[in-house]
Amino acid sequence: MKKLPTWADVGLVPLISLTLAALVSAMVLLAIGESPMQALTVMVEGALGSPYAWGYTLYYATSFIFTGLAVTVAFHAGLFNIGGEGQAQLGGLGVALVCLMLPWPHWTLALGAAMIGAAAFGAAWAAIPAYLQARRGSHIVITTIMFNYIAAALLIYLLVNVLRPAGSMDPASANFPDATHLPQFQDMPIIQGLFQRIGADGLPRLNAEGLPIYQKVPANVTFFIALIACVLVWVLLWHTRLGYQIRAFGKSEKAAVYAGISPFKIIMVSMLISGGLSGLMAINNVMGQSERLLQNSASGAGFIGIAVALMGRNHPIGILLAAILFGFLYQGGAALGLNTQIPIELRTVVQGLVILFTGALDQMVRMILGWFFRQKRSA
Amino acid sequence: MPDQAHGGRQATAAPSLAIELRGISKAFGSVQANKDINIAIPRGTIHGIIGENGAGKSTLMSILYGFYRADAGEIFINGTATMIPDSQSAIRAGIGMVFQHFKLVQNFTVLENVILGAEDGPMLNSSLSKARRILAELSREYELDVDPDALIEDLSVGHQQRVEILKALYRQADILILDEPTGVLTPDEADHLFRILRGLRDQGKTVVIITHKLREIMETTDSVSVMRRGTMVGTVKTAETSPEALAELMVGRKVLLEVEKTPAQLGDIVLSVQDLTVKDEDGVTRLKGISFDIRAGEILGIAGVAGNGQSELLEALGGIARATGTVTLNGHPLPLSGPLANGQARRAAGIAHVPEDRQALGLIMDFSAWENTGFGYHNAPEYQKNALLMDNAALRADTVRKMETYDVRPPIPTLAAKSFSGGNQQKIVVAREMERNPDLLLIGQPTRGVDIGAIEFIHKQIIALRDAGKAVLLVSVELDEIMSLSDRIIVMFDGKVMGARDPDTTNERDLGLMMAGIVDGAT
Repeated sequence: MKKLPTWADVGLVPLISLTLAALVSAMVLLAIGESPMQALTVMVEGALGSPYAWGYTLYYATSFIFTGLAVTVAFHAGLFNIGGEGQAQLGGLGVALVCLMLPWPHWTLALGAAMIGAAAFGAAWAAIPAYLQARRGSHIVITTIMFNYIAAALLIYLLVNVLRPAGSMDPASANFPDATHLPQFQDMPIIQGLFQRIGADGLPRLNAEGLPIYQKVPANVTFFIALIACVLVWVLLWHTRLGYQIRAFGKSEKAAVYAGISPFKIIMVSMLISGGLSGLMAINNVMGQSERLLQNSASGAGFIGIAVALMGRNHPIGILLAAILFGFLYQGGAALGLNTQIPIELRTVVQGLVILFTGALDQMVRMILGWFFRQKRSA
Repeated sequence: MPDQAHGGRQATAAPSLAIELRGISKAFGSVQANKDINIAIPRGTIHGIIGENGAGKSTLMSILYGFYRADAGEIFINGTATMIPDSQSAIRAGIGMVFQHFKLVQNFTVLENVILGAEDGPMLNSSLSKARRILAELSREYELDVDPDALIEDLSVGHQQRVEILKALYRQADILILDEPTGVLTPDEADHLFRILRGLRDQGKTVVIITHKLREIMETTDSVSVMRRGTMVGTVKTAETSPEALAELMVGRKVLLEVEKTPAQLGDIVLSVQDLTVKDEDGVTRLKGISFDIRAGEILGIAGVAGNGQSELLEALGGIARATGTVTLNGHPLPLSGPLANGQARRAAGIAHVPEDRQALGLIMDFSAWENTGFGYHNAPEYQKNALLMDNAALRADTVRKMETYDVRPPIPTLAAKSFSGGNQQKIVVAREMERNPDLLLIGQPTRGVDIGAIEFIHKQIIALRDAGKAVLLVSVELDEIMSLSDRIIVMFDGKVMGARDPDTTNERDLGLMMAGIVDGAT
């Protein structure tokens, strides 16, 4: 089996997979009597058509970057961390405790402390399955899945019995203080102009005090932290001793032991980093958007991270691109539900198809392309 | 001089030829694995195909067995032009293949393995009884005695190989191809195999042996074809050639088959092993309390059939397996269990380890050559840029240097380890371990799957290390290698030391009996 040229491997294969997913999605739409072209227009318009739309797409992408990186770090150590969902929920708990327990003078300080809290809680939640794997040989896929359920149950208990403000009917924590509000895109000096509301007369609309009114978007400063995380993960994996040992262990445990690399240490450390990255996602959704801890706060991003890592071929650049694609699908799907008769569940169908074609059927596309390239070469 | 011509192309194939290949070419990308190969193998002969690793032997046989399709050329089987697009067609054409790594289901019986893929119908009973009858006939005819109801996992390697041969014969193979058949056999088992092959030939079957071992070629074949860098450089009658002439044809230059070394200049005891015992994960004792010393400037050779505790010995000394007993290096005791018994601590103490299985242990096959150069030494200060970052550039530069010193081909540091031939992979490992200038070198199967040119080179390196006053523990299943390199030989059987010998006064038979556990060599 000869390898494909690099450009085909990293460019053409995902492109073909996506096209196939889009074609099948179109057929599904046709089958339920909707127009695929209209759906595509609504999705593109709703997810990419305006700064406001981008503000949502990038918000979702931010979460997916963190969970995608989390899956990737564990994957390079040969571990399949399915527990991103639970680790992100625990990260949310860490954020909530940091934001609610201490009085914060400024959001930068709160952010720093909340990041530590989020990463520590996420890492701690990953540490238990990691230890069970490293010492007892309990398979980490099974234990991390189980820990997702335990996390969900634990969070419900805490939200209902401990964190719920007295008198509230809502299984959610109290609102975070204003001082912990993270700058969203419309709050940021350079780019906020993009989000100005324009009146019907074509002039910017002003509030009572004569200041411009901005559209509120959920994308926030965490997006930039996610970009930094991509760089740091890349440096970790390919430029540090630890990353070298993680990758060596992931490729061959036997050889790693020969080289004096401790399997226990690598399993623990890589899962702590992985869990920490999952936990950091909570900075985006809990602190940056809802500003209180809700039930089921991760809302599936932990699982999307698996698809993002798969599609991004476990490389930070690929993960960034795949996360934005999934952000587009998420936001575009929401726009479908809002602006058309197409049920919002269809976005789950489209996501499923994207995962199916880019992940599971990736090898099929690769095989067909490989055959094609061989024919071309021998021709 | 060997006849280098292989005859002009004939218009029709002679029916007396079992196999005739004409103008076979095959390229993988830019690498021309086979270039215009012509070969004619008469029916009822044993024909050897010899060549260094990467010479194209395996590619050629894979074409014959339908794994690859040739870019150009024709295949004639028994005088008929034959297309072989897949292995099913090869089997139909009467070709049977015995691979180097057996393709047997471990928890099936011999009988079940034989009929696997050749069942007559959905129900097994009729196939099984038919196979039992045929197997009994074949066993009688060819000395291929194997218990048809034994599980494969209970059989010795030699017997497993016989099952592979039976599988091919059951499929009515007229042409039997064996790839490196003696790699895992004791001298006795190998002799038995050769008797079987001669029996097959005398019954009119055609046998093709692919090997890099000159001795086998000389002992068993009627004629031999030599390949070098994808071309067929000559076909000669075995009776009319010599090992030296074949080696020269293979490598393209004169090769020293004998290792040249001066008498050992023994120094102090470097490694002292007392009562070393290793249990495997199932609690089975694999190494049963063995003791020996190695002095500076000495090569201690460990002879034995694979699986008699040599691997465990290397792993215990290399910090991979847990052990009990006492081991001292230059007088300092080494921890044999607990967190301090690991590969990093052993390297720091001055032990380098070239493992027996370079692909599973010594290298990360998906890593590039430069990443593998730092493997095990990734904590070495010269590979660090600062406290946080590794100095990948320094590692690459070091790899370029080592590739040049050790003549690794192709000298491309960014190429993945799996893309190098076996010999060049081994050179990458040997370069990495020997260049650390260790006090003690553990080296297992240094030349397994390594071509003649590289064998000569690696042997010289081992001797050079000894002459520099270092201690070497050499484990090999190749008796020739043990006898020519070692200053002292101990033989292991069933996890115990059967005895020690001086290589100058012992012989293959003496060692062979100890290896088989028949003679207690204690003197």
